Amino acid sequence: MSAPLLAARGLSLAFGGVRAADGVDLEVAEGEILAIIGPNGAGKTTFINMVTGYLRPQAGSIRFTGREIAGLPPRRIVRLGIARSFQIPQLFTEHTVLENVALHLAARSGFWAAFGPLLSAERRAEAMALLAGLDLAAVAHARSDQLDEGARKLVDIAMALALRPRLLLMDEPTSGVAAAEKHAIMDRLVAALRREGVTAVFVEHDMEVVARHADRVAVWSQGRILAEGPPAAVLADPVVRREVIGVEGAPC
Amino acid sequence: MGLLLLLATLDGLAYAAQLFMVAVGLTLVFGVLKILNVAHGSLFAIGAYLASTLVGLAGAPELSLLALALAAMATGAVMGPLIERGLLARIYEKEHVLQLLVTFALFMILEDVQKLVWGVQPLFEDAPVRLLGQVEVGGIFYTAYQLLLLPGVAAVALVALTWFLRRTLLGRTIVAVTHDREAATAIGIDVRRVHLVTFTIGAGLAALGGALAAPTTSLVPGIGVQMIVLSFAVVATAGLGQIEGAAVTALLIGLARSLAVYFAPELEVVIPYLLMVAVLLVRPAGLFGRTVLQRV
Amino acid sequence: MRGTLTVGAGVVLLLLLALFQPWLRFVSTIALSTGLAVLGIMLLLRAGQVSFGHALYVAAGAYTVAFLRPYLGEALLLLLAGAAVATGLGLLVGLFVTRYRDIFFGMLNLAFSMVAWSLLEKLYSLTRGTDGIRVVRPSLLGLGLDGPAWDWALFLLALVAALLAGGLVARYLGSPAGSALGAIKTRETRLEFAGISARRVLLQAYLASAALAGVGGAITALATLHVTPLLAYWTHSGELVFVAILGGTGHVLGPFLGAVVFELVRVHAAAAFPDAWQMILGFVLLVIILSAARGLAGLLDDLARRLGGRG
Ligand SMILES: Nc1ncnc2c1ncn2[C@@H]1O[C@H](COP(=O)(O)OP(=O)(O)O)[C@@H](O)[C@H]1O
Ligand SMILES: [Mg+2]
Repeated sequence: MSAPLLAARGLSLAFGGVRAADGVDLEVAEGEILAIIGPNGAGKTTFINMVTGYLRPQAGSIRFTGREIAGLPPRRIVRLGIARSFQIPQLFTEHTVLENVALHLAARSGFWAAFGPLLSAERRAEAMALLAGLDLAAVAHARSDQLDEGARKLVDIAMALALRPRLLLMDEPTSGVAAAEKHAIMDRLVAALRREGVTAVFVEHDMEVVARHADRVAVWSQGRILAEGPPAAVLADPVVRREVIGVEGAPC
Repeated sequence: MGLLLLLATLDGLAYAAQLFMVAVGLTLVFGVLKILNVAHGSLFAIGAYLASTLVGLAGAPELSLLALALAAMATGAVMGPLIERGLLARIYEKEHVLQLLVTFALFMILEDVQKLVWGVQPLFEDAPVRLLGQVEVGGIFYTAYQLLLLPGVAAVALVALTWFLRRTLLGRTIVAVTHDREAATAIGIDVRRVHLVTFTIGAGLAALGGALAAPTTSLVPGIGVQMIVLSFAVVATAGLGQIEGAAVTALLIGLARSLAVYFAPELEVVIPYLLMVAVLLVRPAGLFGRTVLQRV
Repeated sequence: MRGTLTVGAGVVLLLLLALFQPWLRFVSTIALSTGLAVLGIMLLLRAGQVSFGHALYVAAGAYTVAFLRPYLGEALLLLLAGAAVATGLGLLVGLFVTRYRDIFFGMLNLAFSMVAWSLLEKLYSLTRGTDGIRVVRPSLLGLGLDGPAWDWALFLLALVAALLAGGLVARYLGSPAGSALGAIKTRETRLEFAGISARRVLLQAYLASAALAGVGGAITALATLHVTPLLAYWTHSGELVFVAILGGTGHVLGPFLGAVVFELVRVHAAAAFPDAWQMILGFVLLVIILSAARGLAGLLDDLARRLGGRG
């Protein structure tokens, strides 16, 4: 087996008395799609925050393509090829959807060209293609604060994808999306990821979505990984069912 | 040299006392309202001008101390509610930049109010200082007003404020709002009232600083500006919202400034800001402040 | 297209004003230099930041002209030197203040400008204190001009500088880094997660704002031929912010519109109410902000849209 794309070892982080991460070990192989499940407050977002450099783990290591990245600032980590989307979409609310995506495309090259337009023909076309891939072409010219929650979530993901990452971390991509649309959206998203060969980790509360789209699933509970493996096996595990899925009436 | 050092220290203490009273008001208001009142220095100036007028009106020197207290209270009690209810209450939900612009606009207005009411000629009224006479320290005579009264009042203000915030119901309510406004609202705290009370106390402290400063200096247009900038330096160096920290920093900056006055006069205006920049370079949130990470 | 038309109309109007009366030529020159400085304030406002101390850079440009005039006789070189010194100072201060936002950004700028003002007042041997420094009229493009010819030349110089700056700023605002200013205002952390240093974005705008203020200050010094510490005083910074809000931040024309109106009104009003001028500005500022108006540029925009809709 080849070396994992991402390898976290012994990640720990406490907020006062709350252990948001308590010795997390997790590997993600190149090309796989991993789902993270677990109750509210289990430390799923904290894990993403540590991998993307927003929070510095108090102990442990994070290796990406073999390189230690724990403690690097978000800006550096993004440049290495890790992008993320957010549980609460983080959009530039005075910009249009197109501009939000174009700014992320520009972040890769040409950002400091002081007098070249943001919406160059090239960038505009690339952004529109990306948006079309997520069925967002219709809202491309809307201001991003005028979208509904589901669309905001998707735009947030489109922005992360515009960075052309090797690894994409998505924090609850389908929460806030109407139940009827969830599968269609995930189908498109996952198809796009597989097509581009992007490795992905996503936090998810809907077990149907997990079963259908994840290659592997890791179960979080109180800052630890309770179980991990193929969805069919893990979701059938009685401990997981009791500890995680049982209390999962309302997605949080 | 020794004598100069003593003089500088005494000057510094007296100056730090005034500075603290203004700065603590600024930081208290910020802690609760999350608005930095750029016009806070103008309240200092209005307190000072009013004090000078009232001392003049009082006539008898024995009444002059009373006149100072009255000026501070009147300024706080009138300007505080007027500004909080009339202006700030409209902008709590607005963007930071708009809040800043609004208090800046207020500052522009109040600076001219002073000119219109009190003119632009220097005013000087030192009856309270003369009333208290002089005391001897280490071979020099120093005014009791600056040696005892100013630091005394500042110390009382610090103790009273911390006691009020820790031990009284209203004070604890204010602290609760400082820590978590949503939670405070949820448990039924009347945030509107807390804002009003806090701002009035803050305005009163600025005015008290001004009233007490009035007898020691001549009042000219622009004292309010000097004071807002300097007291901002104090609260920024301490960390926004830090009350005890403001006391320590006011001392530090007050002493450093008066040492400069005696030993390196050309540095007088620069020293407080050099201190501030030096501290902020090492500790961006100030000596006693902590940076809080926004959750994503 | 409409933008070009509006700019053209503005230029013609200014030229007419300047033709009409000599004193209006002077006022127009001053208005253009104010507009240049305000253009910089507008860049910062795009990022949601307000500087209460940008008169510092106007003063830097103006004093550079005054200090260098004995050694340099060419107005264009003085202008460039003013811009360069202001930009250098902007880098020094900017590296520090761009670590901060909102309150700190505004107040730290105010603090630095007030320190500079005090120094200009106190270091008499260097700056001649409140008396200020007289500037001997230099030549322009090697031509020794005076009287109306000089006034015209300076007015045209200011006009060219304004057009150039306005054009460059408009393009900058349409570029990724210029567009990212708005992102600093709404969701700065996300910029970091895109791999972009928000601080560097802001610093770039800050440098541009210092340079623009420096050019404005240098032109002011050439027009008034006299510089005083008041150029750095907070009231002057306040006026720049006022004009920025009055003109509106939506379009590069805003600062110049605001500046022309401001300077025309000031000629009369500041003389009539010398002790209430700031107060009037404060009240107008409050009204504009509390009514959420978009300034003169916004008004013009609405007007154009309505006319367009009808026609
Ligand atoms: N910045 C923070 N400061 C304090 N506590 C935090 C912070 N971030 C997360 N926590 C706490 O850490 C725990 C894990 O949170 P989080 O990672 O957001 O959980 P999840 O995403 O699984 O719902 C929670 O108890 C939460 O309150
Ligand atoms: Mg979460």
